[in-house]
Amino acid sequence: MTQIMTLVEHRQDSIRDISFETLTMGRKLARQNNGKLTAILLGHETASAAESLKSWADRVLVANHETFKNFNAETYQIALSALLKQEKPRLLIIGHSLCGADLAPALATELSIPFSTDCLSAEIAGDALKIVRQIYDGKLNARLTIRNAATHMITLRSGSCPAEAADLIGTIEKFEPVIASPEYRRFIEYIEAAVGDVDITRADVLVGIGRGIKEQANIAMIDDFAKAINGVLACTRPVVDAGWLPKDRQIGSSGKTVKPKLYIALGISGAFQHTAGMKGADTIIAVNKDPNAPIFNEADYGIVDDLFKIVPVLRNKIGELKK
Amino acid sequence: MDIIACLKRVPLTAEAEVKVDATGKGIIKDRLTFDMNESDTYALEQAILTKEKSGGTLTVVSVGYPEAEETLRIALAKGADNAIRVKAEDFDNLDGYMTAQLINLALKDKKYDLVLTGCMATDDYNSQVGIILAELLGITHASFVTKIEIDEGRAQAYRELEGGLLEHLDIQLPALFTIQTGINEPRYASLIAIRKAAKKEITVLGKNELPIDPLANVILDELYPPPVGKRAEIIVGAPDESAGKLAHVLKEKGLV
Ligand SMILES: Cc1cc2nc3c(=O)[nH]c(=O)nc-3n(C[C@H](O)[C@H](O)[C@H](O)COP(=O)(O)OP(=O)(O)OC[C@H]3O[C@@H](n4cnc5c(N)ncnc54)[C@H](O)[C@@H]3O)c2cc1C
Ligand SMILES: Nc1ncnc2c1ncn2[C@@H]1O[C@H](COP(=O)(O)O)[C@@H](O)[C@H]1O
Repeated sequence: MTQIMTLVEHRQDSIRDISFETLTMGRKLARQNNGKLTAILLGHETASAAESLKSWADRVLVANHETFKNFNAETYQIALSALLKQEKPRLLIIGHSLCGADLAPALATELSIPFSTDCLSAEIAGDALKIVRQIYDGKLNARLTIRNAATHMITLRSGSCPAEAADLIGTIEKFEPVIASPEYRRFIEYIEAAVGDVDITRADVLVGIGRGIKEQANIAMIDDFAKAINGVLACTRPVVDAGWLPKDRQIGSSGKTVKPKLYIALGISGAFQHTAGMKGADTIIAVNKDPNAPIFNEADYGIVDDLFKIVPVLRNKIGELKK
Repeated sequence: MDIIACLKRVPLTAEAEVKVDATGKGIIKDRLTFDMNESDTYALEQAILTKEKSGGTLTVVSVGYPEAEETLRIALAKGADNAIRVKAEDFDNLDGYMTAQLINLALKDKKYDLVLTGCMATDDYNSQVGIILAELLGITHASFVTKIEIDEGRAQAYRELEGGLLEHLDIQLPALFTIQTGINEPRYASLIAIRKAAKKEITVLGKNELPIDPLANVILDELYPPPVGKRAEIIVGAPDESAGKLAHVLKEKGLV
């Protein structure tokens, strides 16, 4: 029977959203292939987490050990490689999160399992696996075939298979994992992101700037505009990397997740790591001079033009309407 | 401290039109500009900073076509000591797995304490070559690293997770780190250094020097434009007109 497995990801005592997306994808693939879905949970004091996964999988395979309290690619790899050799699943799905992406390539390579990362979808085709990925800054999709093998592995991009709750009645099975005390790679601690003077997650109106702002000197003009519409300035990662705005203004997968009433994206291409943090905005406006920028797939309204021409006019027009 | 940095030459596509070529499996490249992959510029800078502090050698490696030598020369101009190009033209179906196998073999007789790569190539979005390479080299790794401190054979590495949470790890060297953007401020190469680097020798390795038949994990079937999802309503007109219309939309929705 076809066994599909997913790895449950958790951090600081809660299961991460991506886990329910991989479980949803796993369930669909299991159903399509007359198979069963197993959720693998490596954790510490796992009882309630395991319980909450029962409705999501046919089987919840649990290893409970303090080594697994925090993710560690080394200890996880040792435990999972032993498990996979026994279980021989048809497919293992791991989230393309910053932890999943740290683990999967090493685990697959150790076991000579052919794999692909950051997949949007997957389909079992005999002994092969057909997948779709996005490349070239999100401007093209690629259909690929992972070479024939008994087991495949993928990491799944968040948001590509939205979680759909199920009402399965999975069995909980405990297993004795291979435990290695981390020798080469020791987890020390998590350090919370510094809190700044403004909390962009609480603003109703956000004006986001990207690399299209070109230089730091141009930021003041946008900041004025943001203030004029009672908004707060936010940005993409490159703006923070350049040191132009502090980290707490960054929206995206390695920054903040925001849900303002209005988000205006100026000179932002719309990489998925950015849109992952702002998709939930009620209304999204994008100004970008590239008509093919992926941001226009997320936005409600767009203007294909130079932001430096649009912003001053927009500011005046809004000012006039307010009078 | 002997250091290896892996560098990829990629097309800059964030602002360019990317079109599929007649084969359906490649892109039209003649109007694209190419440069060192973004996170690799940070990996290279981190390598140079480390070398400046603790001495040793820095070797840069690229699997690529002859043009990749331009990228390697930039690295030589910035401070790398040696450069190796693995001939992409000698290997079919070059994917991340194959690339890592080739780099692994190219490093066979090299000494290293630290191997640095970028965290993701902006052309293939794989985020895998560095981690596969670490596994093949048999050394530990940490990915998406935004800070490293090295002291007596161990490194304090800080990985950046979702929401900007940092994961502090204590890692035994030799190790491989995949470097996230923003970790440092990449320097520019001076013109004099670039001129000097033009004369330096680059070791070129192909099929004959690398005796393996590397395996690909994936075969590309087809490239196509992403299906348009919820496409924005594009407001057209000269700035006066388009921005004016947008202002009205915002007003109607009660957003301003
Ligand atoms: C693990 C990981 C985590 C990441 N986390 C984040 C994150 O949290 N947040 C984030 O934002 N990114 C993140 N990134 C980076 C992300 O992949 C992109 O590189 C980044 O979002 C691109 O930022 P950008 O849109 O500002 O720049 P670019 O992609 O360079 O786009 C600039 C845009 O500006 C437009 N433009 C240029 N000039 C003008 C003008 N005068 N008028 C109008 N438009 C103009 C261009 O057409 C282009 O579309 C992450 C990457 C990785 C690998
Ligand atoms: N062809 C290549 N030559 C040298 N280094 C590479 C190559 N491809 C990928 N890398 C390295 O691996 C990192 C991750 O690439 P990728 O897995 O393709 O996203 C890059 O940032 C480079 O440092």
